[in-house]
Amino acid sequence: MTNIAAAASPSAETAALPTQLAKGFVDRLVIIIPYLWLLFFFLVPFIIVFKISLSQTAIAMPPYMPVLDFSDGISGYFAGFRELNFDNYTLLTQDALYFNAYVTSVIIAGISTILTLIVGYPIAYGMARAPATVRPILLMLVILPFWTSFLIRVYAWIGILKPEGLLNELLLSLHIVSDKLQILNTYNAIFIGIVYSYLPFMVLPLYSSLEKMDYLLIEAAKDLGCPPTSAFWKITFPLSLPGVIAGCLLVFIPAVGEFVIPDLLGGSQTLMIGRTLWNEFFNNRDWPVSSAVAVILLLVLIIPIMFFQQAQARAQEQGK
Amino acid sequence: MIRKALWLSATSAFLTLFTMGGHAEDRVVNVFNWSDYIDSSVIEDFTKQTGIKVVYDTFDSNEILETKLLAGGSGYDVVVPSGNFLARQIQAGVFQKLDKSKLPNISNMWDVISQRTAKYDPGNEYSVNYMWGTVGIGYNVKKVQAALGTDKIDSWDVFFNPDTLAKLKDCGVYVLDSPADMIPAALKYLNLDPNSTSADDIAKAEEALLKVRPYIRKFHSSEYINALANGDICLAIGFSGDVFQARNRAEEAKQGVEIGYSVPKEGAQIWFDQMAIPADAPHVAEAHELINYMMKPEVIAKSSNFVLYANGNKASQQFVDKAILDDPAIYPDDATVQKLYTVQPYDPKTQRIITRTWTKIVTGQ
Repeated sequence: MTNIAAAASPSAETAALPTQLAKGFVDRLVIIIPYLWLLFFFLVPFIIVFKISLSQTAIAMPPYMPVLDFSDGISGYFAGFRELNFDNYTLLTQDALYFNAYVTSVIIAGISTILTLIVGYPIAYGMARAPATVRPILLMLVILPFWTSFLIRVYAWIGILKPEGLLNELLLSLHIVSDKLQILNTYNAIFIGIVYSYLPFMVLPLYSSLEKMDYLLIEAAKDLGCPPTSAFWKITFPLSLPGVIAGCLLVFIPAVGEFVIPDLLGGSQTLMIGRTLWNEFFNNRDWPVSSAVAVILLLVLIIPIMFFQQAQARAQEQGK
Repeated sequence: MIRKALWLSATSAFLTLFTMGGHAEDRVVNVFNWSDYIDSSVIEDFTKQTGIKVVYDTFDSNEILETKLLAGGSGYDVVVPSGNFLARQIQAGVFQKLDKSKLPNISNMWDVISQRTAKYDPGNEYSVNYMWGTVGIGYNVKKVQAALGTDKIDSWDVFFNPDTLAKLKDCGVYVLDSPADMIPAALKYLNLDPNSTSADDIAKAEEALLKVRPYIRKFHSSEYINALANGDICLAIGFSGDVFQARNRAEEAKQGVEIGYSVPKEGAQIWFDQMAIPADAPHVAEAHELINYMMKPEVIAKSSNFVLYANGNKASQQFVDKAILDDPAIYPDDATVQKLYTVQPYDPKTQRIITRTWTKIVTGQ
């Protein structure tokens, strides 16, 4: 935040005219809105969850203690702080279940992200190279599925993938397979569900970076005798990298915590962190432990991304 | 269980959006009950007679209901938890005591049931019974006959004996995704106390369930209704009324599927769903009116006739269809009732062991 304030202030200092002053103020206001958003809808809820993760379960409403409030005065409020501890985090290390669930989730999300990229890249590329008049329609077609409830779309996949479902009937009638394929309730069904559901999140950032690309570069490469495949890897792909990264993060992050798709399409042997969190919260009624699971999940996601961003920033500075 | 719950929360969120715009002066009561658990004309009649509008919302797992109640401010006026959940929720201070002066129809209730529900709600101060039933074995008569050479199922042995269940594997076995129902059943089969909280006993139940785990196709708490009715599976551990609903659907479909239900001779769980009023209910007077209405003999009989569960209302029995009243699987005879056991709520430590055990049984980890 300080960086941005510092970056914004020079323009305000040099401003002599009132209109320019007003402009500086508007600039700052515009910058401050996303920070306020993050403060109220990310940081504050996170602090609440973190506080619950340091509490203990209780048979009460809400089902944990201490509940920090001012009913016992300020001293009561601070007395509550002393009861907070990290026991719930210790518990997470004592059972391999949680570690396994995190690892399975990261692997499933990783594979799904790569699959989504493989499916999404040609779509985005085709859209970006389509005539400018057609592009808005193509864009519309990518966004269109959002008009139907996510849940209903995932349910539809049950009808497609189940042993007596549409896919098996089609494959059997075309004599492509001789026996019904068991897809529903397997990991493959989870991958299909995630790739399908998150595809627009991959296609849209890819499209926006590919659309900006100057295709004269490709022509120049061709003129200089570069074969199309190496022109793609040397020019198109590196230029679309910001879109690739944005798309992958947009798919990977929600996929790690995904609960609905594995629950509906996966088999009962699927152990993902979303399900583990559900069990803690609903079956054990242990809000503190489920909060601890959520805090760790956030760290698992944020720390690699922070390292990644730092590395990128360093690479950019070196590039200058 | 969870799948359907997601459906329901999606639809109920949608419904809430549309029902929020009511006039402030309208008398309203917000009800949260199990899915497929009432004859909808009962609600319509109530509104006609009293002018109270009923906002009717459904859940299909006690856990969903409990989480809403524990978070507080659920906005519901009448909820219907099962006995063992109710007991813990009373301790947590979720409910208010019923004002019995506003419930004259309470005299219709059946003492046999009230005595048992008092185990969960001492003195029945917070709740009255809505419906009750058992957890038993639902099965496809013809398929079981073909696989086992007999259609007489009267023991948990058919499920807990790995050799027998192996023969049913290919035609399909579903099990409730609910440790609080399945672990006590395993304990009962092993001739142990179904309410045991000893880690050793729970480990024995785990062992028994792991032995038959390879032959179970699915753990789910409501899908077995359709699966049984369509003839997709041949055996399900499930709730009595749900199996009867499957039986009726199979009869209507006329595909030759015949469904049976058995209360195992070793003993089975008897459960009670209880109507109660949350402490922070916004429409307490209307909630009492609704509960009192539900205790009218002809009203609750209508619901029983529709959902095929027994109710805890003695006076209603003259209005219950004879076929239902005489069906020992719905209204068990005295000898069977003696063998039914209730399940008590687990303390947090045992609950953690139970959930962990269940995760191991279901996922293998």
